Amino acid sequence: MSAAATVGREGAIAARKRRRARRRVLEAPVYAFLMACAGLSIVTTVGIVLILFEETFHFFEEVNIIDFLTGTRWTPLFQSKSFGVLPLLNATFLIAFGAMLVAIPLGVLAAIYLSEYAPPLVRSSVKPVLEVLAGIPTVVYGYFALLFISPELLRPFGQGTAFSAASASIAMGIMILPLVASMSEDAMRAVPRSLREGAYGLGANRFEVATRVVFPGALSGIVAAIILGASRAVGETMIVTVAAGNQPNLSWNPLEAMQAMTAYIVQVSLGDTPRGTIEHSTIFAIGAVLFVSTLLLNIFAQWLLAKFREVYE
Amino acid sequence: MDHEKEARLVRSTGEGRTGRRSRHLLGGALALGVAALLLAACGGGDGTSNGPNATSEPALSGTVQVDGSSTVFPISEAVAEEFQREARSVRVTVGVSGTGGGMKRFCAGETDISDASRPIKQSEAADCAANGIEFIELPVAYDGLSVVVHPDNDWAQCLTVAELNLLWGPEAEGNVTNWNQVRAAFPDAGVALYGPGTDSGTFDYFTEVVNGDGGASRADFHASEDDNILVTGVAGDKNALGYFGLAYLEENRGLVKGVAIDGGSGCVAPTVETVENGTYAPLSRPLFIYVNKDSMAKPQVEAFVDFYLENAATLATDVGYVRFPASFYDAIKARWEAAETGSLFSGATGSVAEILGIG
Repeated sequence: MSAAATVGREGAIAARKRRRARRRVLEAPVYAFLMACAGLSIVTTVGIVLILFEETFHFFEEVNIIDFLTGTRWTPLFQSKSFGVLPLLNATFLIAFGAMLVAIPLGVLAAIYLSEYAPPLVRSSVKPVLEVLAGIPTVVYGYFALLFISPELLRPFGQGTAFSAASASIAMGIMILPLVASMSEDAMRAVPRSLREGAYGLGANRFEVATRVVFPGALSGIVAAIILGASRAVGETMIVTVAAGNQPNLSWNPLEAMQAMTAYIVQVSLGDTPRGTIEHSTIFAIGAVLFVSTLLLNIFAQWLLAKFREVYE
Repeated sequence: MDHEKEARLVRSTGEGRTGRRSRHLLGGALALGVAALLLAACGGGDGTSNGPNATSEPALSGTVQVDGSSTVFPISEAVAEEFQREARSVRVTVGVSGTGGGMKRFCAGETDISDASRPIKQSEAADCAANGIEFIELPVAYDGLSVVVHPDNDWAQCLTVAELNLLWGPEAEGNVTNWNQVRAAFPDAGVALYGPGTDSGTFDYFTEVVNGDGGASRADFHASEDDNILVTGVAGDKNALGYFGLAYLEENRGLVKGVAIDGGSGCVAPTVETVENGTYAPLSRPLFIYVNKDSMAKPQVEAFVDFYLENAATLATDVGYVRFPASFYDAIKARWEAAETGSLFSGATGSVAEILGIG
């Protein structure tokens, strides 16, 4: 090889080595930066949890935790204070339960239709409309409940009051419907075609395939969708604040008005309770109860999904 | 979970095939939406300035922070609206935290003006003093605190103060839940109660007058600082009873019905006339604004309060409250001009005229 060519080749090798070195050097800072971004979200979550539980700890220094969890009278703002959380807890879960009664049948049936029966044209137009339902702001749902569901739907059945758990439940059910339908439909679509085709081959009709093959196969995903919808319902704020009422009321009757945990937090925050008072700490105590409830629901959903997931080859 | 992710991936790529056409549609829709928003924003800006007794000072700018009572809110909001038509660069924000909530913010220096449906308490005045805040107390109008029921309620036409005490006192909680416990002649129906929350001056005043102790009340009722929620509640329930300021009754005469109150000399219904001539007792009361003396240094705040006192009579009547006689307003304006701090009304008894010293 000529001298010039050797020099040129050595120059090219050196250039390649420099480029490789530069890329190696860049590798570490990029890795650190991306890890910091992910770490930021963890740090934020930890920070929120710490603040929540620090204030809750102050609350429980003054209020007995047993009285809190078992008491039936919630009047922290009045002169004769009582800190039993049961009325608020009962209202939140009663309303969430009512919402699931609306969302589960409608959502799962809609999912079955979309996944098994609908022609592609219908599916492509109905699905976006469902997504629109999910995008409506929750305060609009609250006023829809107050101004339409309560007078038009419930009044003919003898409902006496404008605020009630039932009207909030119905509106909340409509809000959760797209979530349940969408996740259930994903679960059903994940069932392999081969299972369906086998069933058709054995002479089953569409209904039998949908209910006896697809539905049981997708069951874990559907149950997970339901539980996630429930945890969304528990944490929902604006619908219960606007439509369910402002009176803590321990009752199983959904036609009565009752105040949910999130509505109480809104009521106290809108006023101006000074920091450091026991009324201020009640916000954090209720927030902690909400946090723990939603966390338990989510953990339960994850466990269910992991345990009963059908693994297809 | 991977199956669901896979399914989602399949769905999204499937929709991509018709992407271009939907992109055009999306772009067109976006353009239309933005154009509509711009048109609406341009169209809504100008109104004719035909406000009463205007003080137009084109050089004014800045903000005025008002917060406090929901009872006084309609007046303050009306004044703010008219004022902002004159002084276009000034932004006046009126909040509804309740008299108590507003006072806490005021004494922390967060607001310029505090709306109040009761005089400032001694404890609140001490708070303000501790934070170095001096205030000027200005009564602006009369209110008749009205007890209301559903329009179809034909049995509770007139209630005595004693019956109200029976219904709303602390001992009534959990015990008095039926109309026939208030008066035997009333029907056997559960009573649903709606009232302002503990941050509200209306709550303080009502409990003071009816239960003898400000803040002493049963706790099992619908509580809200927002009187519109109370109107909705009473209007939606045949067996409901609630209380709030006269302006909300005047505004919603078709939705709720006022109850006549017997304060010892016969049943008197809450109307503008009965409050003005003093016969609606004991639930007539003056409404106040408290102005931070330091905020007087801001020209927009001074102009706003001038405008307020100039126009309180007309605007209070417009929203459904009761104006003072003109002599009262002269005395009040004199206090404002002289920037006299401290409260005359806190803990005082007697009529507004007596306390103001115009007899």
